[in-house]
Amino acid sequence: MTRLSISKTPKCYVGGKFIRSERGRTFAISDADGAFFAHVPQCTRKDVRNAVEVAAKAGAGWAGRFGYNRGQILYRLAEMMEPRAAELEAALLLTPGVSAEEAKAEVVATIDRIVHFAGWTDKYEQLLGSVNPVASPHFNFTVTEPMGVVAPDEAPLLALLLPAITSGNSVIVIVSETAPYAAIALGEMLATSDLPGGVVNLLTGFRKEMVPTLATHAHIRGVTGAVSAADRETLEKGAADSVKRVKVLANDEVPIDWAAGNGPVSSLYAIRDLLEFKTTWHPVGS
Amino acid sequence: MPSGAAAFRRLFSEIGTVDMVGVEERVAKYGTRSVKTGSKIMGLTLATSMVDLTTLEGKDTSGKVRALCVKAVHPHDDTEIPPVAAVCVYPSMVKHARAALGEGASVRIASVATAFPSGQAPLRTRLAEVKAAVADGADEIDMVINRGAFLSGEFSRMQDEISAVVEACAASTLKVILETSELETYDNIRAASFLAMEVLREGDFIKTSTGKTSSNATLGNNQVMLDAIRDFYMDTGTAIAMQPAGGIKSGKQALTFLIAVKETLGDQWLNNKRYRFGASSLLNDLLRQIVKMKTGTYPAPYDFSEASGAY
Repeated sequence: MTRLSISKTPKCYVGGKFIRSERGRTFAISDADGAFFAHVPQCTRKDVRNAVEVAAKAGAGWAGRFGYNRGQILYRLAEMMEPRAAELEAALLLTPGVSAEEAKAEVVATIDRIVHFAGWTDKYEQLLGSVNPVASPHFNFTVTEPMGVVAPDEAPLLALLLPAITSGNSVIVIVSETAPYAAIALGEMLATSDLPGGVVNLLTGFRKEMVPTLATHAHIRGVTGAVSAADRETLEKGAADSVKRVKVLANDEVPIDWAAGNGPVSSLYAIRDLLEFKTTWHPVGS
Repeated sequence: MPSGAAAFRRLFSEIGTVDMVGVEERVAKYGTRSVKTGSKIMGLTLATSMVDLTTLEGKDTSGKVRALCVKAVHPHDDTEIPPVAAVCVYPSMVKHARAALGEGASVRIASVATAFPSGQAPLRTRLAEVKAAVADGADEIDMVINRGAFLSGEFSRMQDEISAVVEACAASTLKVILETSELETYDNIRAASFLAMEVLREGDFIKTSTGKTSSNATLGNNQVMLDAIRDFYMDTGTAIAMQPAGGIKSGKQALTFLIAVKETLGDQWLNNKRYRFGASSLLNDLLRQIVKMKTGTYPAPYDFSEASGAY
């Protein structure tokens, strides 16, 4: 008797749970040979809205942890990914033209990058914060605070996502439209790391349906990512009303070298891009 | 046989029992009604006018109550958004609310009394609390029923106590909190609703919960009480008002409750004299959804005053 194989229903990781799209829609993705591979959720702007709610709820607790503890948790994520590297490689191989060596190299780089940022969690503050000289009897110092809810876009996902969560932001991700399957696998790894549910929320679906909502939703405080020129314009215009920070790289002009160092922006500055700076004047006693 | 069992049997043969599966199937369908654009704005605005803006915490201060009153009268800069129905405070805060709102304000002052939320104090203490709140200017009194008396089948004691509070209220409206989570079954909720309605006046309320226990207003409890109000109205012609309280936090939920009212009792109950929401965080979500409907953009929760949490 032949055994029927059990195929997986890909679901999005949002708020620590695996969800289908709120509308129940899906779209088909194919493997490298063009054959049907799976149906993944086609999330809507309402899914974006729901993800913002859970991200905001989770954010305060995440930001409130000591940097040291955030580092431990990120390291734990690397621990969870290392034994499942083959699964991520297989997901990357669904994209035509990717060789086994390239896939392997990307997964290794990703895991190393997590460990790298795990180290930054309790160190960036010393470098970015400052004690400022002022001409009055005050201590004047600047400390950093996470922005709140941030929404990156496009692969390689973790290069964009890690600087955001390192400092205590929570994140809503619109994953790659053409190669979403690696993010489905990543969600399953995030679920078994100790990262609190809701800190990272992964939505699969179509850009054009979700990007306008990302741009205008006032509760999202920053947007980072690598986007087309058209998407960049939508994001920057939509973000203007709520004075949202938009730090996007245009990917359709010059190709971005993601493999270089810690990504296209060196890691400390990538963390800085998603921080608010707070300066305090404190009277000096006698 | 426990002594109360016979009393319950007699009561149920009179008022009938609840088909639990039927109720739950019915309320599950309310969420599927599609309320969009113009009707959604109307529903959200109506819900805003039905809110009893509540603060019931040990740490309440006169300043917090004053701020709450300002918000109740003027929830948002959009002039099309009406004031809420009432503010709901502890008896010691009624005088501060009255000072903030002034005499003859359109926003009413509701005060929980009768040893809220447990009701476990001697009757004369509970009545004294009601009288003090009324004297300080409360337009509405929220009392809790004696759940112990009800569950042991001492219905006349429960009703006598409600009658005594009705008397102490004088011209003020009375809202009787059944505390549904402590009544265990839908049958008991129906029974307690009837017992309360029999001694209430036209325009008085029955209310689901205190908001101080683990489970609060649900669509199921709300439906059982709406059905009881309808049956009582058909029998006697006395219209009793209804208030779910606790746990209603989103505009979407509020719309679903309004659908239940519309489909059970009709338009006559779709106003703040006959239906209310007891809630503290609901108002901000209603405002947020109305602003979203009108501007097309989702505002952040901290764009609205009194929002808790700034992340």
